[in-house]
Amino acid sequence: MTNRPITEDDLHAYVDGALEPERESEVAAHLQDHPDVARRVSAFSVQRDLLRKALAPIADEPLPPQLNLSEMIETRRRRPSPIWWTVAALLMLSIGGLGGWVMRGNLQGSPGGLAALAQEAAYSYSVYAPDRVRPVEMRASDSAQLVQWVSNRLKQPVTLPDLTGSGYRLMGGRLIATSHGPAAMFMYDDDRGSRLVVLTRPMISEQNAPMAPHSGGDVSGFAWADGGMGYSLVGQAAAESLRPIANEMRRQARSI
Amino acid sequence: MNDMLRLIEPVIPALRRYARALVRNRATADDLVQDCLERAVSHWGQRREGDPRPWLFTILHNLALSQFRRSARRGKHIAIDEASEDDFKQDAVQEQKLMYQDVLDKLARLPDDQRAVLLLVAVEDLSYADAARVLDIPIGTVMSRLSRAREKLQQEIEGTVDGAPKNVVQLRRMK
Repeated sequence: MTNRPITEDDLHAYVDGALEPERESEVAAHLQDHPDVARRVSAFSVQRDLLRKALAPIADEPLPPQLNLSEMIETRRRRPSPIWWTVAALLMLSIGGLGGWVMRGNLQGSPGGLAALAQEAAYSYSVYAPDRVRPVEMRASDSAQLVQWVSNRLKQPVTLPDLTGSGYRLMGGRLIATSHGPAAMFMYDDDRGSRLVVLTRPMISEQNAPMAPHSGGDVSGFAWADGGMGYSLVGQAAAESLRPIANEMRRQARSI
Repeated sequence: MNDMLRLIEPVIPALRRYARALVRNRATADDLVQDCLERAVSHWGQRREGDPRPWLFTILHNLALSQFRRSARRGKHIAIDEASEDDFKQDAVQEQKLMYQDVLDKLARLPDDQRAVLLLVAVEDLSYADAARVLDIPIGTVMSRLSRAREKLQQEIEGTVDGAPKNVVQLRRMK
């Protein structure tokens, strides 16, 4: 026994089970000698129990969909929804024959990284750039809506690169499926009709990666990632002639 | 990332309970919890090591405070009689339901600051020190608010407060 006087705080801590065992027995002894205090403390305990029981059902309710934490974390990681994996897997199966893609440098990286992005850009180029009828789904005249659309679908603000300084005009763009979720594709052409494709999407891995050249088939280009967004620029021009354009694109995206 | 899920997810039911007991409106409470979780996910790196519960309750409490301020500014009252039948377990007997409803009504009549302390300590099992952190007040203030909350709630329960609520009568009639 410490013979310290019992305080009001002790009584509450007794009710809340927050006392050290020794102090708890001191308070218990005090309560035995003071029935009035004991009644109050017991009333507080009943009250506490009642509150807990009255509120317990709320914690037992199934969580509403809006409180799905995994989903919030996924969104935060900018990972595409599972449906895209299915769509993209089908797409990859159908175009698997294209193959033959080679990354120069040390880009044979992680799944979903720069190497994958570069390949996706090249696939997009080979499918859409030769199309003379409808290479893009939304034309440059609707570029504001195009940006709005792809930003919504990528759940990221997407900025439209302006390549007029390099002699390339925006033709338009579309949303494309990749095995790592939706990506925005923009297409440009110059006075001689040669086309460039820019592909951008949120990165699951390699969220920040320096610019690296890549080539395969008859296209080549550059890929990089900045602050979670990946970019790949591809065209049929010689890789080195694309480098200043890629640099300019990166500068523009960073300056937003 | 897995840490985040593993540490936050088990706390969500308690966060909902605290929010609901504070604002007494299911939709408003769940919106607050959603905001809280989104902030927790985006500020995960800023928490202290150890038990994330006090940190999560702090975020939630601050959101609830701004919610109170917003509705006060708009002069709009949050419905305090939201608690509906389905807030309780189906198998709970009627008398018990009434008793629970009654204590929640009385809890709702406590001043917000006293109610918050009582809920954090007596229902959510936060230590006095953690409750002080969540509410950003000294621990002595936690103790005095806790004491006042319990006394006032007890007076309500014993029906010694002027204009004693009809629920007391109702409850007694049940017996």
